[in-house]
Order: sequence, then C-alpha cells, then structure tokens
Amino acid sequence: MNRINSYEELQKINQENSEKLKMRTPSHEEELAVENKRCQRIITVCGGTGCQSSDSTKIMDCLKQEIEKEGLSDEVTVSITGCFGFCEKGPIVKINPDNTFYVHVTPADAREIVTEHLLNGRAVRRLLYEEPAVKQAVRRQDEMCFYKKQNRIALRNCGFINPEDITEFIGAKGYLALGKVLTTMSPDDVIKVITDSGLRGRGGGGYPTGKKWYFAKIKEADQKYIICNADEGDPGAFMDRSILEGDPNSVLEAMAIAGYSIGASKGYIYIRAEYPLAVNRIMIALNQARELGLLGNNILGTDFHFDVELKYGAGAFVCGEETALIHSIEGKRGEPTNKPPFPAESGLWEKPTCVNNVETLANVPAIILNGADWYSSIGTAGSKGTKVFALAGKINNVGLVEVPMGTTLREIIYDIGGGIKNGRKFKAVQTGGPSGGCIPAENLDLPIDYESLTAIGSMMGSGGMIVMDEDNCMVDIAKFYLEFTVEESCGKCTPCRIGNKRLLEILTRITNGNGTEDDLKTLKELGQIIKDTSLCGLGQTAPNPVLSTMKYFWNEYVAHVKEHRCPAGVCKTLVQFEITDKCIGCTKCAKNCPVSCISGDVKKKHLIHQDRCIKCGACYSSCPVNAIIKV
Amino acid sequence: MSFHLQREQQFKELEDFIDSVPEKTSSLITVLHKAQEIFGYLPEDVQKFVAVKLDQPIAEVNGVVTFYSYFTETPTGKHIINVCMGTACFVKGSAEILDEFERKLNIKVGETTPDGKYTLQVLRCVGACGLAPVVTVDDRVYGHFTKQMVGKTLEEYN
Repeated sequence: MNRINSYEELQKINQENSEKLKMRTPSHEEELAVENKRCQRIITVCGGTGCQSSDSTKIMDCLKQEIEKEGLSDEVTVSITGCFGFCEKGPIVKINPDNTFYVHVTPADAREIVTEHLLNGRAVRRLLYEEPAVKQAVRRQDEMCFYKKQNRIALRNCGFINPEDITEFIGAKGYLALGKVLTTMSPDDVIKVITDSGLRGRGGGGYPTGKKWYFAKIKEADQKYIICNADEGDPGAFMDRSILEGDPNSVLEAMAIAGYSIGASKGYIYIRAEYPLAVNRIMIALNQARELGLLGNNILGTDFHFDVELKYGAGAFVCGEETALIHSIEGKRGEPTNKPPFPAESGLWEKPTCVNNVETLANVPAIILNGADWYSSIGTAGSKGTKVFALAGKINNVGLVEVPMGTTLREIIYDIGGGIKNGRKFKAVQTGGPSGGCIPAENLDLPIDYESLTAIGSMMGSGGMIVMDEDNCMVDIAKFYLEFTVEESCGKCTPCRIGNKRLLEILTRITNGNGTEDDLKTLKELGQIIKDTSLCGLGQTAPNPVLSTMKYFWNEYVAHVKEHRCPAGVCKTLVQFEITDKCIGCTKCAKNCPVSCISGDVKKKHLIHQDRCIKCGACYSSCPVNAIIKV
Repeated sequence: MSFHLQREQQFKELEDFIDSVPEKTSSLITVLHKAQEIFGYLPEDVQKFVAVKLDQPIAEVNGVVTFYSYFTETPTGKHIINVCMGTACFVKGSAEILDEFERKLNIKVGETTPDGKYTLQVLRCVGACGLAPVVTVDDRVYGHFTKQMVGKTLEEYN
C-alpha cells in the first residue's frame, strides 16, 4: 500500500473501507432480506488466544475448504477477528449480514454451516446460543443477555475487524482521531479534551489521564517518552491481551496522540513475554502503520514524528508498577523507586515519561472523535466512561465484559455473567487481583467505580473479577494471594519483603489448624503496618486480600483457629474423608487411591484408613454415588 | 554434530544477535531472551559472554537473570509443562492438577525428570481464563483440564 500523505487522503481511505465493513452492522431490514437466500456474506472467526487454543484456526481452514468445494468463493469471505469476549462459549463464529452468532463451533461443523446456512440461508440451530433463563436459542448477538447491558468502547473493534488488516481498522474510523489531532488541535486542546472526559487510568491506580499528560507536557526536555504498560500481571485479568490481539492499531494510534500532546517522538510498549499472539499482532500492526506513514517521520504529511518499539517483560509482577517498568525497559532489575520524582518529570533515562495502560489508551481515539461530553456522560460522578472486567472463576459466562462505571456487581455477575456455576451459592467476588479484596454477597448491589470499591476494602485494579462459591475457603484464598505477593515481592523494602512473609507463615499455620487467637490479632496489625510503610503499590496493597477476608469472613478464620475446622472443606489437614452408608461397594475408590489406604470387599461398605490417607481427594471425586463426604 | 561444535555455533548466533542490536546500554533483557532461546537456559559461561559483549559487570547480568522468573539457570527438559496457577485456574482446582503431575512424574514443581523429558513449572495466568483450568505443554494450550487428563497428556509427549 502507498503512504498516506494527508488527513484528506486518510478520510478517503476510511470511506472506501467503511463501505466494506457495512455488511457487518446490518439493519434489521437487511437481516430479514437475506433469510433463506444465497447472498454475499462475511464469516468472522474469533482468533483470540482462548478460541485459537480450541482450534479456531482449523475451523477457518475447514470453512474455506467447504466454501471452495461448493463454489461459493466469490460470494462468501472468511476472516479472522479479535476476541468477542464470550470466551466461555468459544470458539465463536459470526455470519453477516444475517447477524448470526454461533457458539462452541468445531471444525466438523464447517460442512453444516456451509450447506445449511450459506446455501439455504437457514441458521444451524444447534450451534446457536441458548439463553439459560428462558431456554431459548438466540440468533443475534445484541439480543443475548451477555451483551445487552454492555457498552463496548475500549473493545469496540474486538470481534468486529480483522486485527491483521490496517485498512479495516481505518474503515472503522481508525487513525481518524490522530488525523484530527494533528491537523486541527493543539497539544493543549488534546489534553483539555482528555481531562474534561474524566478518563482515569485503567491499570489500577485510577489517576486522571489528562493530568498525567499535562505534567509530562509542561516539563521541558529535549526528549520525552510514551510508554504503553502491557505488562498485564494480575492473574485473572485478560482485557489488555484481548485489546492488543483484537485491535492493536487503536493502541498505537492513542500512543501517537499522547506523544503529540506531551511532545514525545518515541514510544515503547512493554509487553509480557507470555503473550506471543499479542506480540505477533502488534508487530503486524506496527509494520503496516509504518508502511502507510501513520508511524514514523512526518505522519500524514505533518511535521510530527513518532515511532514505537516493543520491549519484552520477563516474568516479574512488580514491573506493572511504573517506576519498576521503566527500570526494566532500561535493561535493569525491575525494582521500583520512590516517587517523587514522578515519571512525568524524570522517567525513562531520566526524561519526562508518560506511562499509560492498554485499556486507557484504547479509549483515547473514541474520546477524541466523539468528544469529552459524550464520554463524561457515561459513568458515575467520580468515574467516567466504561470499564472492562474479566469475569472468571465459578461463573457461568466466563469472559470479557465492558460496562458503564456504576453498574452493580449483581448486574455483572447475574445478568451478564449468568450467575454461579452449577447452581451453587455465591460467596464472594475478588476484584483488583493480588492488590484487591474479596467482596461478600451483602455488597452485590453496590454500583462499582473507583471510589466505591476502595471504600469497601477492595479496589478496581485492572478489572479482574474472580467469582467464588461456597466451595472456596476464604482463608485459603487469602493465603493463595499472599503466596503470590511473597513470590513476586522484589525484596527492596523490608515491610513487603519480610512482613508479607510473616503474614504468609501465619496464614499457613491457620490453614494447618495450628493457628491461635493471637495470630488473628497479629495478622490485622501487621497487615496495616505493611500497607502504611511499603515502598510501592505492590507492598502497599498486598495485605488487602487478608484484611478484606478477615473483615467479611471473620467466622471462617475463627472456625479454623478455634474449632480446627475448615467450613468449605478445602484446607487439607483440617479435612477428613469418610465413607458413608451410601457406599455400594463398587471398589472404584480403592482402585483410585494412590496410597492404597481404602479397604473393603466387593459390594460391601469400604473404609478409609485415616493414618495413611494423604487427603488427595481421588476417592471423593471417583465415587459414583457420592458416598464419600468431607468432615 | 559434536557437542563442542554445536556450542560454538550457538555462541556465534548469540554474538551476531548482540552485534545487530543498535542500542547496547538498554538491551540486556532483550539479549538474555535471545540467549535463552538459543541455549534453552542461561548457564554461567553464557552470562559471562553476555557481560563481556555488553561491557557490563557479570554481577549485574546475574542480578537481572535471577530477578526475572522467565530466565532460568538450570537446563530444562525436552517438554515444558506449565500448570496455570492464576486465580481463575486456582479457584477451579489447578492445585490438584499440579499435585497429580508431581505424583505421576515423581518430581516437584521446578524440577526436571531424570531422563530429561519433562520439566514441571507453574505460571501465573496465560490470559485464557475462559478455559480454566489451563495447562500448557511447550506452546500448546490445553483448556478445561482435569486431574484425569494428566496421564493421557503425558503419553502424547512420550
């Protein structure tokens, strides 16, 4: 493709390509018009990490083969797209203009999709999503409960365009915001729009983005830097990965806009080495953008220069903290340093640096194009716009959801998430990753934003939401997070390095049944001290999972300490497996026992010899009649 | 190919890579990524080589190698098994899966089987939480993993 030399040329390319994308947003009439007919169609197949590991690439190949076999190649296009967010139901295939959303597709389904849908124009009913509440198949994406309450701004192009084709991105208004900024706005104008929009950092802290840009702008220097923080380390959060895989250009565009605003000509994306697909997609986007002159020198014929380089993380959670991240880009150990000086004054190689998270950046082009008022009309008083949450754990609809700030947990977990798996009872939802806390059922109706989550002892964090049911032990969960922070603590400051280790020792004691009431007191005191005295965000928030579970699930701690009992039956040393009279003597448990500690004759009740039992639970899960219980 | 010759070629490949890096001062982590890709791990002589080539104290190189969990100083097996211990996988029972791998392979997490076939590791979230619990073997991702799948999966790579 040729270099684009002006904003006008870009607008022309946008118009040409937006025509091509029209088929993907059909009107109701257009949808009806193609029923039972053969016509021009576009099939988009999810190419995110989740769907790809369930064979979505093979599905694409099979569809293409079948289409060729039936001679439909001129009529039907098959294209890859980014994550639809409904990962639970993947792999997902969407057909337009009839707006049909297929779930759990396998390569073997390609034949039927081609013969039934493409040749006869009829949807393959067995591949449609069935709404559990009404037990009815739903054909259209926007009619599913999972999507109804969503407002996709950061995820606007995920599941819509081909992330490996920059012309589709331009067709979806891509780089128009950059063009508008470069030709009609001053850096101060841009910063004002972002400030007025109320956009705040989506990586955890929630610092106002406009302010961050402003401080980096007013600092004078010969060189400044924009860094995109793609070191998505919170276990259970995967929105940044999805955006980079599904819409890498929007992040590049936003970085260029940020660069123009603060006066930087160089940007870095710091990305986890564990995200090979995202890395690949960014590389493709980078090359295409450079080829079109949307990155590099004299962008769109202006005198603005900006280019982006990738830097890989190497598996250190603390590198999500901005000062640590900067040191890691410099090739050093990723240890944080005291702020001030803030990176806006002295960051990468001691130059003014602005570090923004992936999701934050993905919002920027939309705000520039639609205006600050549009964005700030969504959300709550203190938190504007939308937030992407990664729903995971014991929930029916695992996936990525983007909702306006102020949506309640109940709406997210029950209306969108479809409630708890296997009809179990909701116990808690953990937000904010290892820095956040557990929220109990009594707070389900809380409208969530930055402030409300902090007020109840958790935090927004990057938006991971792990749902737990009655089978999860909250002391064990607190211990799990502490194990994580102890392992990831960089060791620079004492409260975090030693304090958290002590917390973990106490929690281990408690889950082993050796905890005392004094231990509970120490946990609280020490937790508070670590929060107050640690150097960086990692240490300052590390005790949150402990303190919040102690606050809301105090009874479970007491049960472990006073009664030496784990109410959820998770903590191994406190649990005993016993065989009840329901036993039919099938011998399955005895066969599965790895230490042969179960005895009994065929068709007679079996017995577990507790002295040799290692409490692995193999018998418990192998019993066909649920005769084995945890006591 | 003799071991010695292969080693020489590996060092040559690394040297060519380092020479091609435009900016030496900040490239240590990038170089270590490449070195680990070539050698499979980062033994002392490789670290020394990198230190000399980048004109940095060996202590600093080693400081970086030991800081980041992605870098390893011990050789790994032919196949690397990673059990995801991210929160989403953990609440769906990945700890039990790890136990089962440890038992079947008779090694602890972080170790390699004596025949050099498998290395067992844990990782923190591959971002495929929709498939939890997740196990990866080399580059392949296995979703909705169960304890019962451990044996079969190992056979696939036997």
